[in-house]
Amino acid sequence: MSLLLFIEQTLNGLQFGVMLFLMAAGLTLVFGVMGLINLAHGSLYMIGAFAAAAVAGATGSFLLALVASFVCAAFAGVLIEFFVIRRLYDRDHLDQVLATFALILILSEATRWVFGSFPLFLDKPDWLSGTVMLPFGIEYSLYRLAIIVVGLVVAAGLFWMISKTRIGIRIRAGENDREMIGALGVNISLLYTFVFALGAALAGLAGALVGAIQSVQVGMGEPVLILAFVVIVIGGIGSIKGALIGAILVGLTDTLGRSLLPSFFGLFLEPSSAMSLGASLSSMSIYLLMIGVLLFRPKGLFGGV
Amino acid sequence: MKLKSLIIAASIAASTATIAHTEGVKVGMITTLSGGGAGLGIDVRDGFMLAIAQSGRDDIEVVIEDDQRKPDIAVQLADRLIQSEKVDVMTGIIWSNLAMAVVPGAVAQGQFYLSPNAGPSPLAGAACHENYFNVAWQNDNLHEAAGAYSNDAGHSNTFILAPNYPAGTDALTGFKRMYEGELAGEIYTRLGQTDYAAEIAQIRASGADSVFFFLPGGMGISFLKQYADSGVDLPVVGPAFSFDQGILQAVGAAALGVRNTSQWSKDIDNETNAAFVESFQAEYGRLPSLYASQGFDTANLLISALEVADVDDADAFRAALEAANFDSTRGDFAFASNHHPIQDIYVREVIQEGDVFTNKIIGTALSDHSNAYVDQCSM
Repeated sequence: MSLLLFIEQTLNGLQFGVMLFLMAAGLTLVFGVMGLINLAHGSLYMIGAFAAAAVAGATGSFLLALVASFVCAAFAGVLIEFFVIRRLYDRDHLDQVLATFALILILSEATRWVFGSFPLFLDKPDWLSGTVMLPFGIEYSLYRLAIIVVGLVVAAGLFWMISKTRIGIRIRAGENDREMIGALGVNISLLYTFVFALGAALAGLAGALVGAIQSVQVGMGEPVLILAFVVIVIGGIGSIKGALIGAILVGLTDTLGRSLLPSFFGLFLEPSSAMSLGASLSSMSIYLLMIGVLLFRPKGLFGGV
Repeated sequence: MKLKSLIIAASIAASTATIAHTEGVKVGMITTLSGGGAGLGIDVRDGFMLAIAQSGRDDIEVVIEDDQRKPDIAVQLADRLIQSEKVDVMTGIIWSNLAMAVVPGAVAQGQFYLSPNAGPSPLAGAACHENYFNVAWQNDNLHEAAGAYSNDAGHSNTFILAPNYPAGTDALTGFKRMYEGELAGEIYTRLGQTDYAAEIAQIRASGADSVFFFLPGGMGISFLKQYADSGVDLPVVGPAFSFDQGILQAVGAAALGVRNTSQWSKDIDNETNAAFVESFQAEYGRLPSLYASQGFDTANLLISALEVADVDDADAFRAALEAANFDSTRGDFAFASNHHPIQDIYVREVIQEGDVFTNKIIGTALSDHSNAYVDQCSM
């Protein structure tokens, strides 16, 4: 494998990681602050993608579509929090898993009911199409570069919000001791609704960004949801920094594993068995990474001690 | 003793009487109507029901069930259809893994099964059965045609990829069976994978002169959009599954010009097909896909057999099915000895008609093509 290909694959891994971060950030906030396991996070990702596809189809504007994905997913998040999630804070995790799993089924079938069973069309805008030449003669997709930039900007914004603003202080306080900040006069249920809506909006944005280069269809959120859970477990539950590092680690491991492992086994095995062994092992690679991290840091890289 | 034989005689009489009274035929359809793969099942169902409606027969009752693309649910539904609904004929399954879970058990209980889609190799070979008929294709067929087309198109260094699951291995095996050139690379991707940046980078670096891929449904949409965006502009060949009418609109311009192989296309020139395309569009307001044509042909095969034989007379009914005496949307259609189609497989090109993306036939990849498993079937 040449160095150029390796650099390109690293960029691909970084882009995949940044995309996972947008999913995982909301999930880790909700889990860390509210103590809630939200399996329906993938459905919010789907809602974002469908909202973007519908708005892009109607107006032709990709920026409007992104705004729509953000707003619609946030709005759906508020509704879900208000009508369902609010009743689950005091229940144990099994009840939360059951209820949010039911939400997956309901939201999937509702989406199918509204938009039909066939995948929708959502394309990147013309001004982000095509490739750019990076230094060292690497030809790279402009849109993927844009996803990396958007993800890093969102990450920076979240860091700033959590560490520098009043709402960030409340979120961190709520993470530590929810009863105490309630006693100090902070409106806990409003704070929870805000956190849930923020997480939902980020998932919706991720859905719209990714929908432009993948397929917008019912059930698109579930595979990403599993990866997002792996990310927050590796990063440490509740930590935005952990989500970012974890997401990039998972993205790099997955992408590089997929491209390097088959050729690595090819060095000493015959091609067909090298390929099948490489393919099977690369699909396990992120779980092996998770096991490795948990062996040495049971609470994840940036989890509480 | 006398009483006992009297009761037996009476119950036999009663049971034959009920058989004589059940007029009409009951068809059990298990297909995928919800979740990610629903588009395929809906097309098969709509094509099937269109043919039943057009036949004007009101003695055919169709019981439709949704398998949710899950093998365990498909097995439960099959048990219920056979035992409580007492259907005469079964059909509908889209996915090969579900077919493998349901079909062997159903035909062993004497059911007739007409497959409108899935054609896994075991059911064509060692596990073939006299009551199992495939009206679509054997799984390898369209990939074999893609290999044959790649030779004709002068591709000599192709990069091939498919998901790492049985139908994916079948696909690459089928392609390599016909393809004569070199392979620039061979990749098995993860089933359900959505990001293909790593694979596309490998294709770029491999020095290939063309790409063959089998990535059904959403995987194909993702791959094509990302491929079009990557700046790699090698010609792409694939089976029709990533280019059917249901998903072309979601891929958009990224698929334009791609060559794909199919046993059916909406521009196959025969009366049945023209009438089918027109009436499907009038009934459902969308263009039919190859899956819809397969559902339509399956129903017409069934109706043609019912016209000459009673479904309760299994031998006569089987012979009527084997004759395949119906007007197929594909034109010539016959069954090989293992009950899989012998048919032409075409090369299509993705074009744009107005603002609709669709396919146009540009040539024939394989004529009167059967399948590689005929010899392994002891029927």
